Amino acid sequence: MIGNIIKKEFKELFVLSTILPIVVIAVVFGLVGQTIGNVGETMKEKPVIGIVDMDNGDFSDTAMSVLIEKAEVIYDGNDAEEGLEEVREENGVALLVIPENFSQNLYANHPGEIEIYWIMRGAGIMDSISSGAVEGLIQAVNQGISTKLIQEDSSFDPALVLAPTQRVETTFFKGKEIEGLSSSQLGNMLSSQSIAIPIVVMMLIIMAGASVISSMGMEKENKTLETLLTLPVRRSHIVIGKIVGSALVGMIMAAIYMIGFSRYMSSFQISDINLADFGLALGMQDYLLIGISLFVALLAGLSLCIVLGTFAKNYRSAQTLIFPITALAMISMFITMFKDFDTIPAVLRILVFATPFSHPMMAVRALMLDNYSLVIGGIAYTAIFTAIMIAVAVRIFNSDRLLTGSVQKRVALGKLLWGFRR
Amino acid sequence: MKAVEVRELVKDYGNFRAINGISFEVNEGEIFGLIGPNGAGKTTALRVIATLLQITSGSVTVFGYELPKEAGEVRKIISYLPEEAGAYKNLRGKEYLNFIAKFFGEGEKFQNMVQRGLEIANLGERINDKVDTYSKGMTRRLLVGRALMVNPRLAILDEPTSGLDVVNAQEVRRIINSSVEAGVAVLLSSHNMLEVELLCHRIALINDGIIVASGTVEELKNKYDARNIEEAFVKAIK
Repeated sequence: MIGNIIKKEFKELFVLSTILPIVVIAVVFGLVGQTIGNVGETMKEKPVIGIVDMDNGDFSDTAMSVLIEKAEVIYDGNDAEEGLEEVREENGVALLVIPENFSQNLYANHPGEIEIYWIMRGAGIMDSISSGAVEGLIQAVNQGISTKLIQEDSSFDPALVLAPTQRVETTFFKGKEIEGLSSSQLGNMLSSQSIAIPIVVMMLIIMAGASVISSMGMEKENKTLETLLTLPVRRSHIVIGKIVGSALVGMIMAAIYMIGFSRYMSSFQISDINLADFGLALGMQDYLLIGISLFVALLAGLSLCIVLGTFAKNYRSAQTLIFPITALAMISMFITMFKDFDTIPAVLRILVFATPFSHPMMAVRALMLDNYSLVIGGIAYTAIFTAIMIAVAVRIFNSDRLLTGSVQKRVALGKLLWGFRR
Repeated sequence: MKAVEVRELVKDYGNFRAINGISFEVNEGEIFGLIGPNGAGKTTALRVIATLLQITSGSVTVFGYELPKEAGEVRKIISYLPEEAGAYKNLRGKEYLNFIAKFFGEGEKFQNMVQRGLEIANLGERINDKVDTYSKGMTRRLLVGRALMVNPRLAILDEPTSGLDVVNAQEVRRIINSSVEAGVAVLLSSHNMLEVELLCHRIALINDGIIVASGTVEELKNKYDARNIEEAFVKAIK
């Protein structure tokens, strides 16, 4: 008896629409796990750097020996420009320049300066791992020099022994030269956006998407759809009305969520660095572009949801149909959070660009770095995606599918593709 | 002008033929009934005429407007009441009537429409309550009010008294009759033969997607030598 009930329940629940989203999410997590695994490998590898020793003194020799031992040195010469070019070409992390008076300063009880030229390629959480290895390298250099200072003469200033070098840093990132900021500092600042914005966008898409899919499910469950479709109103107006209504609800929900989330995030804000001082501030037109990007992505998400919503038989099945949207939003969120668009493999880059929700997630960082083509291209693509999805939704609303769950074989496919005015 | 002209209408759902070449006409100011058992094709025929389903073959015109080409024009002059219709549960009865009336008119026309809807629904103070607190009979009356308040030229009513008790069913029939007196053409479906005899001026008996007979109730009773339309139907499909 009980077996019969279990069998019935299993058959009812174990359907493609239930399993597929879970499979997609599992694949997403698998991909993320694989990426993290690769990061582990990266952390084990020696950082790739260039070295320019202009000092050729006792202490620079110490520093050089530490660097050569603990890093993969791809340039060891006297020309900083040449070294920088080499590091860029060989995908190195930084060029370390030890200036002429390095050892002399140390003997005079002054910290020795090390010039670090960072080559930063991405601002995702995982893009700053190599720079972390270089930070460790500097610590090792300091330790080596401290040891030598103690061995040489015990009369050195203890403060100097504890911190024998000071850094002069410049970061090169996507055509920008940012003085006085290391790549990890810049990465930390930018990654606060990397975390916050994708999460907010994901929540917005999921919340608004759930509204529009549920709305379709409820129209069917409450038996109001047939009446709606016989009213003297264009099908396109019904589709757009549902999308805009849900977008408004979604934005209100996202705004409430954002208030709480921004307070949560601000509790972790420990840096006093103002990005505007480094030419990374956003102007009015940037905010406008972010707003447009967010709005069209929301419309794209909702238009996709309304197409999915036409498959909903009732409110319950509508809840299941939101999972593909959740999976897509999560893929976009994870990728844009952990990696920079420019540092991900080409296949993944196509996937990210093709997912409309990715664009507002990437917009802030792209605009800070004046990458207008990515943002404007993203908006254009998302707008086209939205228009296509709305057209598909209108075609479905014009077909038998909404009421019968299938399209009429002989004529509906042609009409669905080419449309007809009703 | 004919309210509805259906010629050789065929409607397929994939490989299943729900309607197989039916033809009939509905005149202005008359109640025409499509009568048959469940699954006979009544609802499909009404849905096609109500612009909800596409036509596989044949032709349908409503007051001269051809479907599906002029579906937008047809929607302006029809009102469709599905068998299992519902109203938006988060709205109050009057809000629902307002919502529908806004698609058909503004200003005084809108006000008059809503007033007429209130009169037809006749729900008293309960019209200000949420729809999800209504009984089935109250909801149906609200929906009948919604369907007829817009002064359609053609009301398409699928099993208008479905699930209603005797009192409510009688009230709905009274409302339909009074609408016809005001000039509305009504196309309805029913498997309730008694209701058909009480309401319809002419009927078509439909079975397995085919119209097996049509005419006035008296004509059909005489043709099949039957005491009532139920008996006539059984004889017609044999």
